[in-house]
Amino acid sequence: MITVDRPTRTRSVASKQLFATVLQRQGAAVVLVLVVAVSWLTFPNFGTVDNLRDLALQSSFLAVIALGMTFVIITGGIDLSVGSVYALGGVLAAYGSQWGFFGALLLPLVACGLIGLINGFLVAKTGMAPFIVTLATLLFARGLLLAISHEGSTTYKIAADSAFLTLGRGTFLGIGYPVYIAAILFVVGGIVLRRTAFGDTVFATGGAENSALLMGLPVARTKMAVYTMSGVLAGFAGALTAAYLESGVTVIGVGTELDAISVVVIGGTLLTGGAGSVLGTVVGVLLRDVIQNIINQIGTLDSNYQAVVSGGFLLAVVVVQRVLARNRERR
Amino acid sequence: MAVTTARPTVDRTRVAGWLQDYGVYLAVAVLLVFNVAFTANFLSVANFRTQLVEAAPVCIVALGMALVIGTEGVDLSVGAVMALSAALVPLYLGYNALTAVIVAVVAGLACGVFNGFLVAYLGIQPIVATLALLVGGRGLALVIAHGQLVQLYNPTFLSLGSGDLLGIPISVVVAAVLAVAAGLLVQRTTFGRRIVAIGGNRAASRLAGLPVRRVLVGVYAICGVLAAIAGVLATSRLSASDPANVGLLMELSAITAVVVGGTPLTGGRIRVLGTVMGALLMQLVRATLIKHNLPDSTAQMVQAAIIVAAVYAARERSRR
Amino acid sequence: MRTDAVVLEAFGASLHFAGVKALDFVTFSLHAGEVHALVGENGAGKSTLIKVLTGVYQPDEGALTHRGKPVVFHRPVQAQQAGISTIYQEVNLVPLMSVAANVFLGRQPRNRLGLVDTNRMNAMAAEVLAEYGIEEDVRRPLGELAVGAQQMVALARAVSADADVVIMDEPTSSLEPREVETLFGVIETLHRKGIAIVYVSHRMDELYRICDRVTVLRDGRLVHTGPLADLPRIELVSMMLGREVGDIRAHGATGFGAEHHASKEPLLRAENLVSGRRLAGVSLDVRPGEVVGLAGLLGSGRTETVRAILGDLPLDGGTITVAGTVVPSGSVPAAMRAGISMLAEDRKSDGIIPNLSVRENIVLAALPRLSRFGLVSRAKQDRIVRTFMERLRIKASSPDQKVAELSGGNQQKVLLARWLCTQPKLLLLDEPTRGIDVGAKAEVQALIDELAAEGLAVLLVSSDMEELIDGADRLVVLRDGVAIGELAGDQVTEDNVLAAIAAEGSR
Repeated sequence: MITVDRPTRTRSVASKQLFATVLQRQGAAVVLVLVVAVSWLTFPNFGTVDNLRDLALQSSFLAVIALGMTFVIITGGIDLSVGSVYALGGVLAAYGSQWGFFGALLLPLVACGLIGLINGFLVAKTGMAPFIVTLATLLFARGLLLAISHEGSTTYKIAADSAFLTLGRGTFLGIGYPVYIAAILFVVGGIVLRRTAFGDTVFATGGAENSALLMGLPVARTKMAVYTMSGVLAGFAGALTAAYLESGVTVIGVGTELDAISVVVIGGTLLTGGAGSVLGTVVGVLLRDVIQNIINQIGTLDSNYQAVVSGGFLLAVVVVQRVLARNRERR
Repeated sequence: MAVTTARPTVDRTRVAGWLQDYGVYLAVAVLLVFNVAFTANFLSVANFRTQLVEAAPVCIVALGMALVIGTEGVDLSVGAVMALSAALVPLYLGYNALTAVIVAVVAGLACGVFNGFLVAYLGIQPIVATLALLVGGRGLALVIAHGQLVQLYNPTFLSLGSGDLLGIPISVVVAAVLAVAAGLLVQRTTFGRRIVAIGGNRAASRLAGLPVRRVLVGVYAICGVLAAIAGVLATSRLSASDPANVGLLMELSAITAVVVGGTPLTGGRIRVLGTVMGALLMQLVRATLIKHNLPDSTAQMVQAAIIVAAVYAARERSRR
Repeated sequence: MRTDAVVLEAFGASLHFAGVKALDFVTFSLHAGEVHALVGENGAGKSTLIKVLTGVYQPDEGALTHRGKPVVFHRPVQAQQAGISTIYQEVNLVPLMSVAANVFLGRQPRNRLGLVDTNRMNAMAAEVLAEYGIEEDVRRPLGELAVGAQQMVALARAVSADADVVIMDEPTSSLEPREVETLFGVIETLHRKGIAIVYVSHRMDELYRICDRVTVLRDGRLVHTGPLADLPRIELVSMMLGREVGDIRAHGATGFGAEHHASKEPLLRAENLVSGRRLAGVSLDVRPGEVVGLAGLLGSGRTETVRAILGDLPLDGGTITVAGTVVPSGSVPAAMRAGISMLAEDRKSDGIIPNLSVRENIVLAALPRLSRFGLVSRAKQDRIVRTFMERLRIKASSPDQKVAELSGGNQQKVLLARWLCTQPKLLLLDEPTRGIDVGAKAEVQALIDELAAEGLAVLLVSSDMEELIDGADRLVVLRDGVAIGELAGDQVTEDNVLAAIAAEGSR
């Protein structure tokens, strides 16, 4: 009796499963298209070249941070330190600009990469929980930033004639350099994730760590690499921001880690690890900034609705992911 | 060879275990002695009042966090819940102070039940489940408050933060009462014993017929309520509702107090007094550094190092 | 293609865990191209031996040779690289990644730029899998495949890594009959290619169908090794269980006394319990004052049956009634309210709360009854804890000692006290005396007897044949999740039990 109706049941479960999977993976893209279409028709200013150009530029900084976060989350980890590291990167870039272009670029990359490496080491080698390790380095990076900026009282400026400024303020075909930089990083990131043995190990580590270990994959090394990468990218995003703002602003980055996590997860990357894509993260970032843009367009709305919307999205995505995983377990 | 390598590990584990259990008391004692000896004006009533008042909100949140961590969970949303409660207070202060406080606490309760539902009934990992509220909660608070800081003038409400009861600051009294209540809850009630049992061995608790899900919801609910109370006290002390800044990074401070106080992140053990001492210790560290003219930046970096060391010590022991 | 060359051998392997001998001078030789059955009950040392062969554990004594050369594997990877692959009971792959990626993880084909050549990888994977009768889209996530197909992918991964030894740990335990046939086809193919296979299973029919030789382990020791075909089933079963056919011992070797006088009306009536692939129709009843034993080999559904009765294992079919009232299935609290308690098989993972004291472990399940308005009453607790500690002779420095510090036997008594505290009508005992010392064992057995004499209904699961036969008034025999027979009164003898277990099944 039971064996007779099992195949049909499995099939209907499978099709539901497929629907839900598509919803989870592509849901953000569908919502993005809808939101863009509606706002194009509703707000005359939305579709203007200026607005879209600004939107792309604004998105690129968070996108760079979220790229690193995507890798970390796919390994089943989380990096809460990126907000502070991002701010630190900006301050270090401005501070380093006194030694020219490379000083401004390398100082944040190296320092932030080191913080990432510390995260990776503690997570991979001591087995401490990623959230607590990176919360601690969040505090550490913020402390370091305050120490460098004399408790936040000094804001380092980048000299107006510095070549470094071009990185943030230069344009090509009317579009800011940061947009191109972010795009290039995402293409490289996508290739690394999808087409290299390292990328495969990233997925395997988050999908089934024990299996990955039994298969002899370099799990610990991979974890250290993704946290280092996350630190470097967050620092680089800070440097870009500094170049754009012409100074190292000390108060930015508070809560940026939450924005980065939200866009990654909304983009379809599993918060429990093992699945995700950089393209999804792009969609997540764009969705966030388009909504922010709309809220600004409406004008009467509180800009803080952004966080509420992000939280709501995040919740929906996490619940759908969990329900999917549970169905999978049941089978 | 096996013998020679085995010995030091055993000793190290034992030292780590001892440090985890009593290190916080030792550290508080050492810091007190150090300050009495080397810090000007440390031994004054006013100074002790300041230190205790500063530590009270963290301590209250940490009590709830300790319960959650005891079930092998964590609640990242406590700072956001504080912001929500801060944002709600001015809206209802027009009626009277009590209504405002009740509304804020009920909001905290709702947040906690919500978190607990996600964890217990949907089976979402605690970090992931409480992340949504961490992301959205403060935003919601800012929306409610129209992103603004609101000065408060209700004298009854303000007395919560500045008034005394029998010569002791009210917020400190509240923290003390809640700490005693938490201690009794953990030690003397069915609910408390069940929390510890569930954190110690979830499978065995289920087979013993314990209402695992209900207990989990209850624990997150308590954590939400305590965060809301901390939000109310912090707001009152500031005499302003500041949802943008109140409770920022509170999740970190609370987890630190809990872990430093000897409650392992792996659950099954709750040290209430240790948690209180943990909150005091972190406050003392900060005060000591500041009083010796070491800047806030150093304090933050030191705090980060303490957290990592405490978690590392706890982990060393649970590996046993 | 059988040759007599030994491809893999463990010679005199011994391994201790905290003073307990998990392996005691076991010698195991695997010949090239044979299918070698490795059998034994729980704790026999099968999995330990496998872990020694695959580099998870290093033996304290003894040596490994592979293709005639001595080898030492420090990590599983080294064994894999040497050509020894393992297919675990639970598929050890990455469910969210594509089938092809799973086959080639760690050794992906690259293109000229050093990038993973996905197209070639997919083609290669499809080709390999086709050999094993898997015609799935290799780009799909592995997790979307049926368990059997996943098992085949694991096999394909193992074999395409140029393995000359494949170890299969209960590969059929989660397969549908059709999938089992496919697996056997693949094993046949491997066999022809000259790959040696170690096959661990509890299903007699399977063993006799595909295995050439058999090695029997018991209590960490080698009991028998030799050709399988001419070994009678009943002899194999008796070697696994450590009982000799025709050797009927007198009562008195255990702590059990005489039979009980049970009342006529059953207290528990379980009818046609079905749960997934694990239970396929178990019916039994237990009367007050009666000890009913569940007999059967490991994997026959004994533990699953008691867990289903406790409501821990959700039922797909069947009903459970206690004293005439239907107990809602799938809820432990409901079953406990109906008067059912269970002593779980695994004391550590499902029993004790290690951080808590003896007192708290005892009163855990009965807390509501021992408290007033949610406040625990220390006085009431003390009284009941003292009673049980005395009655069960629990040796602890005080009720406040941590339960983790007690010996296994005393931990088991603490758990028994926990369940007796709930004043059950039916006590489910899953391996109540496993891993405890002889003295405690006799005490626990005497206690079971005493409880039944007082009118408690007991359902007893035990791999210890003596315990089962001496302790139970009636035996229900399980095989492959089905209750296949019942023995009562004079029929309860070892010969009958062995015969029932070894009888050729249809599955």
